[in-house]
Amino acid sequence: MSLTKTERAIIVSMWGKISTQADAIGTETLERLFLSHPQTKTYFPHFDLHAGSAQLRAHGSKVVAAVGDAVKSIDNIAGALARLSELHAYILRVDPVNFKLLSHCLLVTVAARFPADFTAEAHAAWDKFLSIVSSVLTEKYR
Amino acid sequence: MTFLTPEESGHVSSLWGKVDVEKVGGEALGRLLVVYPWTQRFFESFGDLSSPSAIMGNPKVKAHGKKVLSAFSEGLHHLDDLKGTFAQLSELHCDKLHVDPQNFTLLGNVLVIVLAEHFGAAFNPSVHAAFQKVVAGVANALAHKYH
Repeated sequence: MSLTKTERAIIVSMWGKISTQADAIGTETLERLFLSHPQTKTYFPHFDLHAGSAQLRAHGSKVVAAVGDAVKSIDNIAGALARLSELHAYILRVDPVNFKLLSHCLLVTVAARFPADFTAEAHAAWDKFLSIVSSVLTEKYR
Repeated sequence: MTFLTPEESGHVSSLWGKVDVEKVGGEALGRLLVVYPWTQRFFESFGDLSSPSAIMGNPKVKAHGKKVLSAFSEGLHHLDDLKGTFAQLSELHCDKLHVDPQNFTLLGNVLVIVLAEHFGAAFNPSVHAAFQKVVAGVANALAHKYH
């Protein structure tokens, strides 16, 4: 699975808008994840996950920044996320099913904040892009 | 044990009251076919599905989306007996339509995204979580009679 030129253009152009709210989007994505899929909290026993927590905000920012890195190197996502891929495979070992859940919550957040931009075509491009990001992050699992 | 807490139930009824079932149904089914093109395998008779705009504007897609969401809407009145409510539809989807239950999950998630798009900030994390429970329950009920 790889992105077409059109899909890349959609993602890069929307990222321009999304990045202006990056931190808030990161926090909101995680809030949605932990509320809708409480089992994902098992990866964060060391965190204060209450709404407004500094740790939640910091982690949300980190996650969105990584997505941004993938967008900036959209022609070489595997290269851009190589270090994160190893981190997830050898240290974090988050079960692969959770990447879909996080991706879904990010899409919900983006859809809620940018309804006019989140057309069916944009939705398809983003879903595909996040699917590729997830593949890269689980590539070294076994 | 009831399926939703009173708070979740409140979130669901209050939001659903504002949903245009015809419009949202068409949008959700259309997006399913655009975002996950392999789902088009069930709709070969629907005519032009050649591009996102063809799909989203296709009258058969809109009509079928309305049908599907109306059934879903009916289920919202019976949240404590989803399996009973969807028993016949479950048998239909297994025996006649031959639909992989994974598709119910895909459609449920697309519906959640369409609701987020329509309601914006009002579709906050708590409301969202309540709806994830509902779509999971409906997907589960629709798969329940499979054999």
